[in-house]
Amino acid sequence: MATLTLSGLEEVYDVLAQAIDRAPDGRSEVFLAKLALLLSQEVGDAARVAALVEVALQDL
Amino acid sequence: MHQPSTEPRRSIYHTYRVHPAAPVPAGGTDDAPVVIVGAGPIGLVTALDLAQRGVRCVLLESELQVSEGSRAIVFTRRSMEILQQVGADAAVTRQGLPWRFGNSFYGTRRVYRMEAPYDAHDRFLPMINLQQQVLEEALVELIGAQPRVALRWGHRVVGVRDTGDGVALEVDTPAGAYTQRCGWLIACDGARSAVRQLQGLKMEGDAYEGRFVIADIRVDLPLPTERLAYFDPPWNRGNTVLMHREPHGIWRVDYQLPPGETPEQALAPESLKARIDAQLALIGAAGAPWTLDWSSVYSARAMTLPAYLNGRVLYCGDAAHLLPIFGVRGANTGFQDSQNLGWKLALVVQGVAGRALLDTYSTERVAAAREIVGEAGRSTRFMTPPTRGFRLLRDATLSLSLTQEFVRPLFHWRTSRPHEYLASPLNSPEDDDRLFDAGPRTGAPMVNVRLDADRYLMDARAAGFTLLWFGTAEALPADVADAARAWRARGVALALTCIDPGQADVWQRYGVRSGGAAYLLRPDQHVCARWFAVTPHRLDRAMRAALALA
Repeated sequence: MATLTLSGLEEVYDVLAQAIDRAPDGRSEVFLAKLALLLSQEVGDAARVAALVEVALQDL
Repeated sequence: MHQPSTEPRRSIYHTYRVHPAAPVPAGGTDDAPVVIVGAGPIGLVTALDLAQRGVRCVLLESELQVSEGSRAIVFTRRSMEILQQVGADAAVTRQGLPWRFGNSFYGTRRVYRMEAPYDAHDRFLPMINLQQQVLEEALVELIGAQPRVALRWGHRVVGVRDTGDGVALEVDTPAGAYTQRCGWLIACDGARSAVRQLQGLKMEGDAYEGRFVIADIRVDLPLPTERLAYFDPPWNRGNTVLMHREPHGIWRVDYQLPPGETPEQALAPESLKARIDAQLALIGAAGAPWTLDWSSVYSARAMTLPAYLNGRVLYCGDAAHLLPIFGVRGANTGFQDSQNLGWKLALVVQGVAGRALLDTYSTERVAAAREIVGEAGRSTRFMTPPTRGFRLLRDATLSLSLTQEFVRPLFHWRTSRPHEYLASPLNSPEDDDRLFDAGPRTGAPMVNVRLDADRYLMDARAAGFTLLWFGTAEALPADVADAARAWRARGVALALTCIDPGQADVWQRYGVRSGGAAYLLRPDQHVCARWFAVTPHRLDRAMRAALALA
């Protein structure tokens, strides 16, 4: 699977930060959940998404 | 009447020399081709550079001693190469601490180790740490031996007037005021530039809210000279702490303040003590005895003047731009300004080139500052997130970094590097740049090559332009040598250096495979043309372009 270059990752970092700031007050969680669903649809693999969910839950 | 302090600044490792205030010039007026305001590192290097090129200058400093505290402590390889050109590199290498590794920690775990590239062909390591006032002291010594520079301590500029063909300065001193005239004025008077304020110029860009305490302490820590960055440490949750080793047994500790805390609260002795003790405990040195040398509060700004030439006034260093300290871009950018300006102003003062050449100082260096503002903005947003969105992304990156390697490079703010003047009008309009598959590009600084044990290609003092010709001296065409001679007759220094085929490392690092190729280097060591085969016509066109002659 294709991965991001460092400059691509930096771009995503800025886009996400600015998008969170654009979401109305109190709605950024919903925004992030919607984005996670959209990205999951792109990944197209429920087991893979579940594994990534476990990674994201670590070290919170 | 200007009354600078005559008390030596206090320091536990540096003895300040208080200089007597320079007398007021006889007759209450003076004239010089160039006046530089501000004897900080940039003003001092600019004065040395101009003097070396034959230009007489007056250097006005409002204080009677060098700057307070260590301030700029990390100098890059490029800065060392520039300092070498004014004969100041030895003072730094003799006293400084070179390094090339940076470590980033999240909580207490190291999550990223940065390794700055180092090549055996480089004379200098990627970074070297030395306190700014120690460097300034060494530069003042060099100025003392330079008859073309008049360094006047205790002279403060209080008025700046453009007279069309020059500048008239009102200068206040402990012994009274006088008028100093000059053809060109260079403002090197730092972040709070008096000249900039007197000219009413405004900077563009961003100021960030995050505040940092900068504290220098003497402490004995058994650690190598490497950069340490702690994100979200247990004693300073959500904030960042940086540490650098300095010479003379000193460590720099920078820590971010919680929002809302004032500089006065932050610098209160009990506050400093509790936080520095906590940081020492974090690195395993709990209870280590330490003494404070100097402390200050800093907030990041990424701003630049839109132009560095205003009438007959040139801006250089922090007077021209304010750049975040993350990535050591302050003094290191200023030295590059100074080096870009020196040769251009010298040629203008000497009547060989016109104002168009000075305009390129502004365009080349403003472009460099804007590039840095962009990069520095990114690192600053990571270090001190300006909004909730950036804070969430930063925290997510930190959390992920414990298990996910791919996010760790986000910790590495890009360090100051030399700007490449790739789109400069001074580059030759028709060279073979695109045909080379190696070597420094047209607009980039030349690359160093080790010639033997302690001799490097960039050791030569660039008095002017240099044509690096690849081939034996006997094979150099007479018409190319004649063309170079003709430029010298016009007052433009243009040296010819033959790179013999036996110097295989130079050929290889410059991407040259057959004799007759050449690189034309500007006096600031940037390439302005390179060819597989040079002809007198091509050399002349490149020289005219590099001098901004129509």
